[in-house]
Amino acid sequence: MSATDTDIDVDVDQSRMKISDEIAIQITGMHKWYGSFHVLKDINLTVNQGERIVVCGPSGSGKSTLIRCINRLEEHQQGQILVDNVELTNDLKNIDTVRREVGMVFQHFNLFPHLTVLENCTLAPIWVRKMPKAEAEEIGMRFLETVRIPEQADKFPGQLSGGQQQRVAIARSLCMNPRIMLFDEPTSALDPEMIKEVLEVMIHLAEEGMTMICVTHEMGFARKVANRVIFMDAGEIVEQNEPEEFFNNPKSDRTQLFLSQILSH
Amino acid sequence: MSTQDYGVTEPVFTPKPDLPPPASTVGVIGWVRNNLVPDWFNGAMTVVALLALYMVIPPIVNWALFDAHFVGDSRKACKPNVQIVRDKVATKGIMPDGTTLDVETTADRIVVPEGVIPNVRWERKMVEGVVRAKGREYAKVVVEKDVIIEGACWVFVGVRFDQFIYGFYPKEERWRPTVVIGIGLLLIIYMLTDGMPHRGRVAMFLLIPFPVIAFFMFSGGVLGMPHVDNAKWGGLVLTIIISSVAITGALPLGVALALGRRSQMPIIRWFCVLVIEFFRSVPMITILFMALVVLPLFLPPGTTFDQLLRVLIGVTIFIAAYTAEVVRGGLQALPKGQYEAADALGLGYWKMMRLIILPQALRIMIPAIVSLFIGIFKDTTLVQIVGLNDLLTMVQLAVTDAQWIGLSKEGYFFCGFVFFVFCFSMSRYSMYLERKLHTGH
Repeated sequence: MSATDTDIDVDVDQSRMKISDEIAIQITGMHKWYGSFHVLKDINLTVNQGERIVVCGPSGSGKSTLIRCINRLEEHQQGQILVDNVELTNDLKNIDTVRREVGMVFQHFNLFPHLTVLENCTLAPIWVRKMPKAEAEEIGMRFLETVRIPEQADKFPGQLSGGQQQRVAIARSLCMNPRIMLFDEPTSALDPEMIKEVLEVMIHLAEEGMTMICVTHEMGFARKVANRVIFMDAGEIVEQNEPEEFFNNPKSDRTQLFLSQILSH
Repeated sequence: MSTQDYGVTEPVFTPKPDLPPPASTVGVIGWVRNNLVPDWFNGAMTVVALLALYMVIPPIVNWALFDAHFVGDSRKACKPNVQIVRDKVATKGIMPDGTTLDVETTADRIVVPEGVIPNVRWERKMVEGVVRAKGREYAKVVVEKDVIIEGACWVFVGVRFDQFIYGFYPKEERWRPTVVIGIGLLLIIYMLTDGMPHRGRVAMFLLIPFPVIAFFMFSGGVLGMPHVDNAKWGGLVLTIIISSVAITGALPLGVALALGRRSQMPIIRWFCVLVIEFFRSVPMITILFMALVVLPLFLPPGTTFDQLLRVLIGVTIFIAAYTAEVVRGGLQALPKGQYEAADALGLGYWKMMRLIILPQALRIMIPAIVSLFIGIFKDTTLVQIVGLNDLLTMVQLAVTDAQWIGLSKEGYFFCGFVFFVFCFSMSRYSMYLERKLHTGH
């Protein structure tokens, strides 16, 4: 596992990071199996609007699977997932409603290589939100500015560096104006020089008050931005706490072992 | 920071300048060295290959071009206009026991009649022969003889050209297929040229209204154009009709079958697997016979069902099954992340397929799809076994015509040439597309 602790020497502006009482995601008694393999066991998690949650844990612990269940890229077999009070079932309409409200950023960016950067951003607003092209392009450019690459709008993803691609991927999600953002190891496939630029964009998002769930090994990011850190192992949520408590005073021995391994150097 | 001295003296890093590659590895000399004589073995192979080319190419070019007859309207135009005179020649014969004796034999000599410009070339060759000497014994003789160099008789192709192209389509109505195919080709070229405005609209026009217009133009019976029964359609026109209908029909059908095969819904999936596997495991000839014999069994009795239409349906489904497997390969080649990203944006199945997956999959698959289409263009020749007169059939009819007997070389050469032109252009276009998509992004 790449235990990373990229230096982020920016001050995080906490003024707009408000956690409301409104529940964004509620997961109760959720189980998931891959065939006969029990990946997620009895997951219970409530995320309020405005929360910034970092999920960490060893590989194979089910962290990616967990957040992929939240927008139904993976199907759960038991229990209940409510996103913005919409329950995820086999009902395709509900799934589409949820996916419109939940943005996702992947480890390998997954940009559409046959479309330009701007087209990547405007595709979903035009085809899903039925937005006029000009308006979608305006919004696309605005978010490309947010992620600080408006000058690359007419290039194809293959012409960009990994860090730039990941920032485009973030802009693409933001163009749908999501209420919740899921990050699935967004910096794991990046060179150290590029991790920082992506983390800065994510911090900026957090400052804007976005609800975020982030699977990452970036412990520096977790300390500065998260209001809650969740530790998973073997498909279970082992421990969750505020970052300060989590890093300085882990309760379970499994968490202590994990932290000692990733923070030892 | 390490305190160890690594011998780095420059405090500022300046990159070294770019140098050109060594002269012996680039340019003409580099190419010849790398490709023709990289070592003695490959050098020898180059010599052998050049010799083989020298032995094959000039005779073909001479036959097809320099010694060929182009002008005329009957077989007479290809007959040599020189006289062949049989001369008596006295020479030495070698008997089986090795002794020689004087013998008399004959040898051909070309005589050019006065005022005639010879239309053939000939060469004087040493020809070995046998003469009877001393009653029943045979002596070997070597005599010089004039031999006419054979050239192609393109007059044959010229006279039969209209039939090769149009089959038995009535003479006065042949402008109709000419106009349709001419406009079709122009539109296709327009559609395939980069940077032309409204390419998408032209493509839609070609796909939907054009075939209907083309059908009425071919068939007639409207706007004062006399009806031409499709049994009379033939030649290259028929070849083009069958292959273009098969290609335009097979592409969407193949995509649908490929998507169906990957569907989550079992009945759709099983149905598509069945169709694909069935049509892929049966030879095209069988499909053609089945279209002829079996298809009518499924239709209500009494319905007459056009023969050409039956063949078109059979060929289209046959090609669609192959296209489906190619497209499926393209769908599988796409990283899973593309599907996930499209799902995560809430695009839904059809928009995801149309906007994200198929554009990419079809691009990956262009070379394979084009080679399929080249294959189908050539396979149309099989329709002759169910009685349709495609280009090859028309050529075969012509070479068995008593008037032109013995000219099959010219006929098949022409037929091969036409197929080559079509297939080679398709192949070049796909290579061009491949290169373009490689550098595109």
